[in-house]
Amino acid sequence: MAEYTLQMNNIVKEYYGNRVLKGVSLKVKPGEIHALLGENGAGKSTLMNILFGMPVIHSTGGFEGEVLINDKPVLVKSPKEAMEQGIGMVHQEFMLVPGFTLTENIKLNREITKPNLVSTVFRNKNLETLDKAQMDKDARTALDKLGMNIDEWVKVQGLPVGHMQFIEIAREIDKLGIKLLVFDEPTAVLTESEAGNLIEAMQKLAATGISILFITHRLDEVMQAAQNITILRDGELVATRPVEETNVLELAELMVGRKVEVTQKEESNEDSILNKTVLSIKNLHVAMPGEEVKGIDLEIHQGEILGIGGLAGQGKIGIANGICGMYPSSGDVKLNGSPMKLNDTRYALQNGMSFVSEDRRGVGLLLDSSIEDNIVVTTMQIKGGFLKKFGPFTQADFPHIREHALKMIEDLDIRCTGPTQPTRRLSGGNQQKVCVARALTLEPDVLFVSEPTRGIDIGAKKLVLDLLVKLNKELGMTVIITSSELAELRAVCDRIAIVTEGKIEGILKPDAHDRDFGLMMAGEYHKVMKKSGEAIS
Amino acid sequence: MSEITNVSPATEAPFSQRLKSFMINYSVTILFVIIGVFGAWISGLPVFFLVNELLTRITRNSFLVLSLLIPVLAGMGLNFSITIGAMAGQIAIVLVTHWGIGGFPGFMLAVAIAAPFAIFFGILTGRLLNKTRGQEMIASMITGFFANGIYQFIFLFALGTLIPFKDEKMMMSGGVGIRNTVDLSGDTGIKYALDGLVKWPFFYVLAAGCALGIIFFVQKLYLNKTIHLTDGDRRKGIFNMILCGLGVAVSIWIMFSPTLPMQVAMMKNLKLPVITSLAIIGLCIFNVIIVRTKLGQDFRTVGQDQHIAQVAGIHVDKVRIIAITISMVLASWGQIIFLQNMSVLNTYGSHVQIGMFSVAALLIGGASVSRATVGQAILGVILFHTLFIVSPKAGQVMFGDAQIGEFFRAFVAYGVIGVSLGLHAVRKVHAAKKE
Amino acid sequence: MNEAIRDFTKKVGIPRLIISLFFIFLCFSSISLGLPFASLSSDTLRRFGMNGILVLAMIPSIQSGLGPNFGLPLGIICGILGSVLAIELGLVGAAGFWGAIIIAMPFAIGIGIAYGIMLNKIKGSEMLVATYTGFSIVSFMSIVWILIPLKHPEMVWPIGRGLRVTIALDSTFGNILNDFLRIDIGKFSIPTGLLLFFFAMCALIWIFNRSRMGIAMKASGDNPKFAIASGIDVDFYRIIGSVMSTTLASVGIIVYAQSYGFVQLYQAPLMMAFPAVAAVLIGGASARKAKISHVIIGTFLFQGLLTVALPVANEAIKVGNLSEVLRMIVQNGIILYALTKVGGES
Repeated sequence: MAEYTLQMNNIVKEYYGNRVLKGVSLKVKPGEIHALLGENGAGKSTLMNILFGMPVIHSTGGFEGEVLINDKPVLVKSPKEAMEQGIGMVHQEFMLVPGFTLTENIKLNREITKPNLVSTVFRNKNLETLDKAQMDKDARTALDKLGMNIDEWVKVQGLPVGHMQFIEIAREIDKLGIKLLVFDEPTAVLTESEAGNLIEAMQKLAATGISILFITHRLDEVMQAAQNITILRDGELVATRPVEETNVLELAELMVGRKVEVTQKEESNEDSILNKTVLSIKNLHVAMPGEEVKGIDLEIHQGEILGIGGLAGQGKIGIANGICGMYPSSGDVKLNGSPMKLNDTRYALQNGMSFVSEDRRGVGLLLDSSIEDNIVVTTMQIKGGFLKKFGPFTQADFPHIREHALKMIEDLDIRCTGPTQPTRRLSGGNQQKVCVARALTLEPDVLFVSEPTRGIDIGAKKLVLDLLVKLNKELGMTVIITSSELAELRAVCDRIAIVTEGKIEGILKPDAHDRDFGLMMAGEYHKVMKKSGEAIS
Repeated sequence: MSEITNVSPATEAPFSQRLKSFMINYSVTILFVIIGVFGAWISGLPVFFLVNELLTRITRNSFLVLSLLIPVLAGMGLNFSITIGAMAGQIAIVLVTHWGIGGFPGFMLAVAIAAPFAIFFGILTGRLLNKTRGQEMIASMITGFFANGIYQFIFLFALGTLIPFKDEKMMMSGGVGIRNTVDLSGDTGIKYALDGLVKWPFFYVLAAGCALGIIFFVQKLYLNKTIHLTDGDRRKGIFNMILCGLGVAVSIWIMFSPTLPMQVAMMKNLKLPVITSLAIIGLCIFNVIIVRTKLGQDFRTVGQDQHIAQVAGIHVDKVRIIAITISMVLASWGQIIFLQNMSVLNTYGSHVQIGMFSVAALLIGGASVSRATVGQAILGVILFHTLFIVSPKAGQVMFGDAQIGEFFRAFVAYGVIGVSLGLHAVRKVHAAKKE
Repeated sequence: MNEAIRDFTKKVGIPRLIISLFFIFLCFSSISLGLPFASLSSDTLRRFGMNGILVLAMIPSIQSGLGPNFGLPLGIICGILGSVLAIELGLVGAAGFWGAIIIAMPFAIGIGIAYGIMLNKIKGSEMLVATYTGFSIVSFMSIVWILIPLKHPEMVWPIGRGLRVTIALDSTFGNILNDFLRIDIGKFSIPTGLLLFFFAMCALIWIFNRSRMGIAMKASGDNPKFAIASGIDVDFYRIIGSVMSTTLASVGIIVYAQSYGFVQLYQAPLMMAFPAVAAVLIGGASARKAKISHVIIGTFLFQGLLTVALPVANEAIKVGNLSEVLRMIVQNGIILYALTKVGGES
């Protein structure tokens, strides 16, 4: 038997000059359960894409370093080759066909067939008859290995999510010669008991000699299930620890800690805490697919810069979207003391709120319209600005629009050929600035900005953040920044709320301990607090 | 380990709910049964005439409607472009008639010639439909129109000028282009080439067929050990057995009972073209069997979810092209069967409405954009053509104008398709919202 | 130089390029074959003017996100209804023309609203369902034309029931626009009134596009998510688009009929959406974007092509209706091309 099922040595990957993996190494023994920890953007997905030979890796220049399977160097160039090497993956998004039975899903595109008259005459494997009996048997075997009692001829549609997870696993272990199984955030959609079942199943599989690599952020599961833990941060390997030599606190700190470049934010906004509450949020629920909010209480102070952080999919993006009416929400929200209507974007915009969506190209811009049109359109519709009125008829006030656009281009330093340029042609950073310009044209009191620097180069990042700080200082605008980049939030915000599993895990000051941030993002903060019984300084 | 206990979603919804969903899914079919019966009664057409006409139309049209099934299976919706397959069949017929080969040999030759044309058209159409993913149905409709333009160009202008072709009987007086109607009768034509081969009294055949059917279902339900049957399968099986039983009973009554009203007694003389019927049954069996092959499973997978199929390694584009090509070839043969019964080729018209009428028939039988079975196809043909037969006379009786009956017929055909497409579209929007 | 050509070709699109070049080729051929250019040009201008508004009806539909209006027959039926009722009321001349438009208006608005509500429920499948809705209504109205209790002798069959298939407009409002301010230079005739009316309609749409509602409607069609994020009620503006398109269609068919000299009932409106869709696409529009310039260029190219093609072809091959066949190929070809662009996006 090989010493290591999987070895990845010094993996380096660059996307267009941007280093996302800076020499990461990983070793997994046969029958070992190995956890892979890290924030978003740490490089976990890229590492897995390399392991699976995903086309996106090879079409962007490949990678450096070597991958060994069962101690033999391999070069996996496609998911199919990965499968042939014995690597299986249980995705976060289930790849199950609801209208098919368990057997059909387990055997998808690997059906067992028997030759028949036509297939022999035409010499075509595709015309062979399906051997349903044998397929049922194989499926049964795989399901039994996982302790699933469901009949294999049942349709997948309507089964609980936990079961679907297991069917995905059954499909992978049915593949001959499976040596390594990768689980991508497997417990994210499971209930507690289902998660427990899953961990037991993983342990059962590991006992049969299959290696398991599982990606997660749930630190207590890591401690419960894994034998070894690898922590990535910013594309670097931070540490590899055997489980008995570490604990939740250490893991949290390793995940998050970094040299933070806090552009010295003046202490001036200390008194913002004493200011009145501009937006009072109680029990907010937002049904945003992938970023659900499950009951949030938050008091936003007038004139502050509030950061909302957390891992992807945990719900932070849902908050702004919910309040601004983009997704169905419920809850008790008060704006300046009076109750605010939810699920009504128009209402929000008319009452002094404005927002810059995280989906710049999909929601934030009319890509084929000019910069000036993009900047004024919302204000025109909400406040009737930039119009000339002729009784009941209106016509756009083009000179005024031009004038305002030129001012915005100058103020925000939007690099373009002119106000008539279609926004599609602008770079990411400049597109973002157009979105911000549009939000500002509404002259809001409260500005929500989601993922302000996503996909923008470093130089432009600073510009956007500085702009937000300037607006806050000069206009007293309340700014709420939702971002996956903790460092940015710590650089500009007065307070930072961390959202985990759809709820606020806690609110920290920017200079709070790395470890506290890490624990909150992993959802461990309160558990650890309860255990220790006292605040950790 | 806390075992994942037996969840049985196989325990179905209560009877009332099943009945409700059945009524909703088959509402159009039920409506048509009512309209059909009402129309038949009010038109006052003699029963013998009605059944005779119906039998003729069923054997004439079923093959074409059955050619629509595979694209539905592969998730490509209703294949309006079978018009192009029909054109391939007509090209073959023109050639065969030109060469003066008639009767059954002529028919088989036409079948052989039509296939390569249909395959070629099918591949082209399939590639086009892959480029119009998400809008396949309207694309197939427009492709049909487009191809019709090219067909007309060739048959009206190119033959005799760009393509040297000389045939005094078939071509127009100027020497350019094929006539509007081409007579397929006589020694050189394929009139009744298939139908005329063997004709047996209908009710004997029906009785025999139903008896065989009963044996088949008994075997499937009670003697078969390997394939698992759900309650739904069992119910369908028993329903089919009862249907066959009725078929046997009615046939025996008509053929052997001494006391029959005149109208009914005349039906003893109804003759069924056997070979044609065997061809239709063969296609039915083909449609059922292909689902049990790897290719059929690929069709179904692509039809369920193209993305998952792709990720699993299935060549989605290729599978879709194969589905359309098979449909095209079957349609070309179906058109040849159609025309050998019509005995006249309407050069510029025969193929045009075929797409829409076949689709309408399929939908009336209870099929939808995402699901179509053999039974629905046959039922649809029966109901659709009943309406066709009785409308003009019924219109005459009710409104004093046969024209109204004909317009009503067209309105119903379009309406059925429109409503079915509309419902499918609404369901699609709902499904997308849920995700 | 090569790159400029390639960029131009990509921007214009190969089918459009082929059609334009073909048209230019036909024009030269017609001149060199000695065909009567004056009357051909007059015909082209006339057909351009009479089809223009039907093509213009595509603009509100595409801009509001409904895609090309394959349900154009619905608006056309309203226009026919208006014409028929106007004639029944004994209105002639300008009164007949304007009367038809005014009578058709409430029908068009009502149908437009209902149609828009239906389309809002089937987002993504508008084109297909619209086509069959149009077909069904045309067939249904065919029954109505037989049963409708109108009496005007020029409209009703002398023996038997129902309205005639085509109703001549000689005595009512036939050619009323064409002849208005008509300029004749020898054999070359400019139907000034017709062209003025068409351009006036274009101007109205242009003004609307610059208004607050017009801008909101365009945002809804360009990017519904953006529109929602700007507090715009996308569903409402889609209905506006539907109403405007249906109303333009009803006006368009009345203009068409007065130029043609006949109102065509029964099955005639069945396929009338397709040439209009094709024309706007030929002019450079796509299923998601359309400008007024596309309407003008496209209608001119398409109608010009069809007008000139027949006599030129007849010189080569002395056979019947090549124009019809050419129309089928060009029209459906360009629609197919546009569909591949939609398919690619989704």
